[in-house]
Amino acid sequence: MYRYDDFDRQLLAERTAQFRDQVARRISGELTEDQFKPLRLMNGVYLQLHAYMLRVAVPYGTMNGEQMRKLGYIARTYDKGYGHFTTRQNIQYNWPKLNEIPDALADLATVEMHAIQTSGNCIRNTTTDQYAGAAADEIEDPRPYCELIRQWSTFHPEFTYLPRKFKIAVTGSPNDRAAVRVHDIGLRMHKNDAGETGFEVIVGGGLGRTPFVGKTVRDFIGKNDLFSYLEAILRVYNRFGRRDNKYKARIKILVHEVGVDEIRRLVEEEWSKIRDGSLRVSDDEIAQYIAQFAPPAFEELQANDPEFERRKQAHPDFAAWVRSNVIAHKQPGYAIANISLKPIGGIPGDATADQMELVGDLADQYSFGDVRVTHEQNLVLPHVKKADLFALWAELNSALLATANLGFVTDIIACPGLDYCALATARSIPLSQRISERFGDLERQYDIGELKIKISGCINACGHHHVGHIGILGLDKRGKEFYQITLGGDASQDASIGKIAGAGFSEAEVVDAIEALITRYIDIRTVGERFIDTYRRVGMDPFKEVLYGDR
Amino acid sequence: MSLQVVTANRLDDGLAVFMTADDGWSTDLRDAVCAEDAPQAEALMARADTEKQQVTVVGPYLIDVAQEDGVLVPTKYREVLRTLGPSVRTDLGYQAG
Repeated sequence: MYRYDDFDRQLLAERTAQFRDQVARRISGELTEDQFKPLRLMNGVYLQLHAYMLRVAVPYGTMNGEQMRKLGYIARTYDKGYGHFTTRQNIQYNWPKLNEIPDALADLATVEMHAIQTSGNCIRNTTTDQYAGAAADEIEDPRPYCELIRQWSTFHPEFTYLPRKFKIAVTGSPNDRAAVRVHDIGLRMHKNDAGETGFEVIVGGGLGRTPFVGKTVRDFIGKNDLFSYLEAILRVYNRFGRRDNKYKARIKILVHEVGVDEIRRLVEEEWSKIRDGSLRVSDDEIAQYIAQFAPPAFEELQANDPEFERRKQAHPDFAAWVRSNVIAHKQPGYAIANISLKPIGGIPGDATADQMELVGDLADQYSFGDVRVTHEQNLVLPHVKKADLFALWAELNSALLATANLGFVTDIIACPGLDYCALATARSIPLSQRISERFGDLERQYDIGELKIKISGCINACGHHHVGHIGILGLDKRGKEFYQITLGGDASQDASIGKIAGAGFSEAEVVDAIEALITRYIDIRTVGERFIDTYRRVGMDPFKEVLYGDR
Repeated sequence: MSLQVVTANRLDDGLAVFMTADDGWSTDLRDAVCAEDAPQAEALMARADTEKQQVTVVGPYLIDVAQEDGVLVPTKYREVLRTLGPSVRTDLGYQAG
């Protein structure tokens, strides 16, 4: 993985010292809150219901074991012993004290981590496929390009005060695991007719109060031209994006209002002026970054390991975990091991300091020191020998990290909701816990099959409810929490925005409503159909009927 | 009008606090000074939102409260949570004791 050079280290040291001074000046009264707020937000510090929150970046979701252990150390030293992994592949701490945050950032800097690009109206931390560099279906590892985007976008002077925040996601695989079609810019790697690798450029996707699937502004941009093309898009957005209304300031609104053809015209016009400038990246430079993400020293192994097969026979719990959480690796004899942060009845995405430290150790022991965060709030050890899977599982199991539910009904995305968030209108986590408990039985989950439930505690949609097969939006109705259900959302390469099923449900009713939907799906599905497939075949009506009858 | 108190988050640790009669701040809503009408509420806010208070708290605002069995409680669930802590982690926040 990428290691910092002197420039990166200096940048981070200066930034940490700067923020330490800003915090001191705020505490002394030299800075007012109005002056300080934009500064703290540029350093990932929010104020929530109960305390400050520090959001730490995990650039493109990739960490080494030492970094993961440091996240655990931060949780224990500066927080209350846990952290929350987010849909941006980041981690949030819920209880840091303001005057201790500079120390936490200094500690993070020792392992090349920070809170830059986790807040503010800048280009945010770039996200990508959690299986990058390991997936069997990948064209190329997207992370060298993500790292180049990080370097281009970090403190970009022109794009520090954009109309609104700006999120870029990249997939190197045709099977999109990074939800690129619902980002401000989504980049989908593919090959052109000449066999060259490049990117489809998708613009104006997004969730929030006005969800859109992004539109393609360019079918193919070569690797060398990617960064000047991104710059051209950002310039068009920075110039024409609305600043008069916060809720209409994202690029998706601009694309929607002026149309993708006009956006394309503007971007191409801007690009024609800068395409041969300093942002054109040479093959040699790209090769240097590809080398930074060179595959680890895999052993030459047989595709199948007899001992692994025997263990599966002997240990049904291990076999279940392999079935749901272990995914094919491109290297024979290796596998991708997913660590579910969705224990039955637990809090989605939360991990304790001990668990983080253990995962860091296990990454070193079994996965070439490589660990990933997923946008679905789980962790991944991307390069595990099949022969080691049983030992890994046993260690995970002893730390309550071996729930065998990846992609199933209890693998729920939930935002922090009203339990923590100052913007929330209803709680998300308790609802996810109740759904998880209702469907906790593994056999039942496997019978239901792949089902993505995503819960947001307000219209800002941090829980991605618009792209849940079943989405749930928590709202406040005359002081009471109630929940609106959407159906048919999808974050994958077949992205779609869910449709509202009808009137919302009370806190007491909503889990029964979800069960009714699932029961109806089981009744009407054909062989091999997932929930989303059935929905797409039959439409909303059969589901509406079980929710509302004749209402 | 509902009874109102002024709440904010403490500058140094961010914890939820409530303004007291001597213009100080308590982590316990029961210590809060209460406004019974709009002019009183406005006066309370004026005392809370000063340059001097900015060194102690962030973002003061009024919340509706009610007397229940002689104790002040917020009427909105969001504010109830701020007096307790996360409902999903009853071991944390003020509710943990």
